[in-house]
Amino acid sequence: MTGTSPVRPVSRRGLLTGGALAVGGAVTGGAAAAMTRTGGSARSDVVAADTTPVAAVGGLIEPFHGTRQAGVATEPQAYASFVALTLRGHTDRAAMGRMLRLLTDDAARLTQGQPALADTEAELGLLPARLTVTFGFGPGLYSAAGVDDRRPVSVTELPSFRIDRLQPAWCGGDLLLQICADDAITVAHAQRVLIKDSRPFATVRWAQQGFRRSPGVEPGGHTQRNLFGQLDGTANPRPGAPMDTALWVPDGPAWLRDSTTLVVRRISMNLETWDLLGRPDREIAVGRRLDTGAPLTGTAERDEPDFAATGPDGLTIIPDFSHLTRAHVTDDRLKILRRPYNYDGAPTAEGHADSGLIFTSYQADIARQYLPIQRRLAERDLLNEWTTPIGSAVFAIPPGCQPGGWVGEQVLG
Amino acid sequence: MATISSRRRSAIALATAAALVAVGAAGCGSSDSPASAQPNPSASPSAAAGVVTIRDPWVKAADKGMTAAFGTLVNDGDTDVTVTGATTSLSSMELHEMAMKDGKMVMRQKQGGIVIKARSTHALEPGGDHLMLMNLTKPVQAGDELTFTLTFADGKTQQFRAVAKPFTGAQESYAPGHGEPMPGMSATPGMSMSPAS
Repeated sequence: MTGTSPVRPVSRRGLLTGGALAVGGAVTGGAAAAMTRTGGSARSDVVAADTTPVAAVGGLIEPFHGTRQAGVATEPQAYASFVALTLRGHTDRAAMGRMLRLLTDDAARLTQGQPALADTEAELGLLPARLTVTFGFGPGLYSAAGVDDRRPVSVTELPSFRIDRLQPAWCGGDLLLQICADDAITVAHAQRVLIKDSRPFATVRWAQQGFRRSPGVEPGGHTQRNLFGQLDGTANPRPGAPMDTALWVPDGPAWLRDSTTLVVRRISMNLETWDLLGRPDREIAVGRRLDTGAPLTGTAERDEPDFAATGPDGLTIIPDFSHLTRAHVTDDRLKILRRPYNYDGAPTAEGHADSGLIFTSYQADIARQYLPIQRRLAERDLLNEWTTPIGSAVFAIPPGCQPGGWVGEQVLG
Repeated sequence: MATISSRRRSAIALATAAALVAVGAAGCGSSDSPASAQPNPSASPSAAAGVVTIRDPWVKAADKGMTAAFGTLVNDGDTDVTVTGATTSLSSMELHEMAMKDGKMVMRQKQGGIVIKARSTHALEPGGDHLMLMNLTKPVQAGDELTFTLTFADGKTQQFRAVAKPFTGAQESYAPGHGEPMPGMSATPGMSMSPAS
């Protein structure tokens, strides 16, 4: 979980002195204890510190505990799994507390490079690769727990948009597990552990796996490309105060303060019809250059678009129907944080792609920030010609927890 | 850029020996059984001071019948320590071990108790020594926390608390003459050896 600043991988010094890796009393500092099983018992020997080179990616750790959950302001990891659960009928408020204690403990350990308790594949828990586990609460969780009065007002089913072609299999959910890491095996193991511990309490409603560029492929802070080849996320609020303003509820009761909200939309991208477009048409649809991401009126990705500028034909250079025009927001209080992941399923026999975006929008208030943008996009965004929302879900991201606590304690405790 | 790989080798060795991990790192402070939704102020369901340290204790959730508790016993002292018994309010208990009998791994009472050598650790784990709950008087639900009391050869006792985990392993067969097979811990041929053994 993160503090008020955007999370960066912790420094080596911070890690070594932070105690995150103190494994019992026998393993501290430069000495490590090796345990050798002999006939069911184990013995402890002190061996020299491992001097193998540090792993550049696998060993990186994101903090788990904090006032805010990790995995939101965190620099996006390469792989993500979004798992939505449906609470079983008998899972009441007390049972939710038991479930979330178990899941919090799993997350607290695995994110710090420690196997989960009773981890049947303990070796898979040792390379966190910046693993974060973020818990989201859907509207159904609050009603099942009898705490509707603690549900953030904007966390409610979205209105339907005329562009929607929603499939129930990708919609809704009472509890969301958002699992992100720079390694796909780490994500798979964490998902397995968390689902196993949730099974007495919930069933799996849907799961969506996505990916971005792998670590080291591009410099940090680089805007990602989606499978249309577009830079995606240029307009995100910048880390620091602008992002904090957009994301986090600054005050209110304990269950609300330092929370945020998440809209997950599965957006199918029709690569077949997109292929029919020439490059100029693709750029007009977006309002940006495909190579640099610059607005059509600028030269660099971060240039402010000039919506009034006109070309020789008298028309605005950035058309009114472009994605950029429709989505553009300047006030940080109205911005959303996009943290999308690509998906790429199996192509059909004819070679048609099953590609798209797991679009995620984080904001303090869905009604204030997300809905106005979404309404403008649904109304006139030319990109709608090639994109189709097929899944939709909303979640509150409750505040984080401190060591000894559990995610959701402010809501369900 | 931080890394954990400087400790990786030892961590793998520890992991192989069963549950490990930092006492106090657990985010899961559970309540007494039956569970309430109140967070537990204690950072870890482990005993902090006592004859031994019990690291990462847990118990297999079960509706009825038998189940078992696991963890790693750490003896930081200079003399061997012997656990001679364990109790909990939910069930009678026995100290068990897994052993080869007629070509099969079976579980049976551990004669002479569980010895933790001086300056050593002893794993209680599926497929190995464990603390057996013989007949539950009420369900142990996932996420519940149970209190156990260990008795040592010198008469000392020590309490610890263990969280209940959903766990489908630990399907040890029970040696004939020692009671019924564990419900949910089937005695099916071929399943008699725990995956972890």
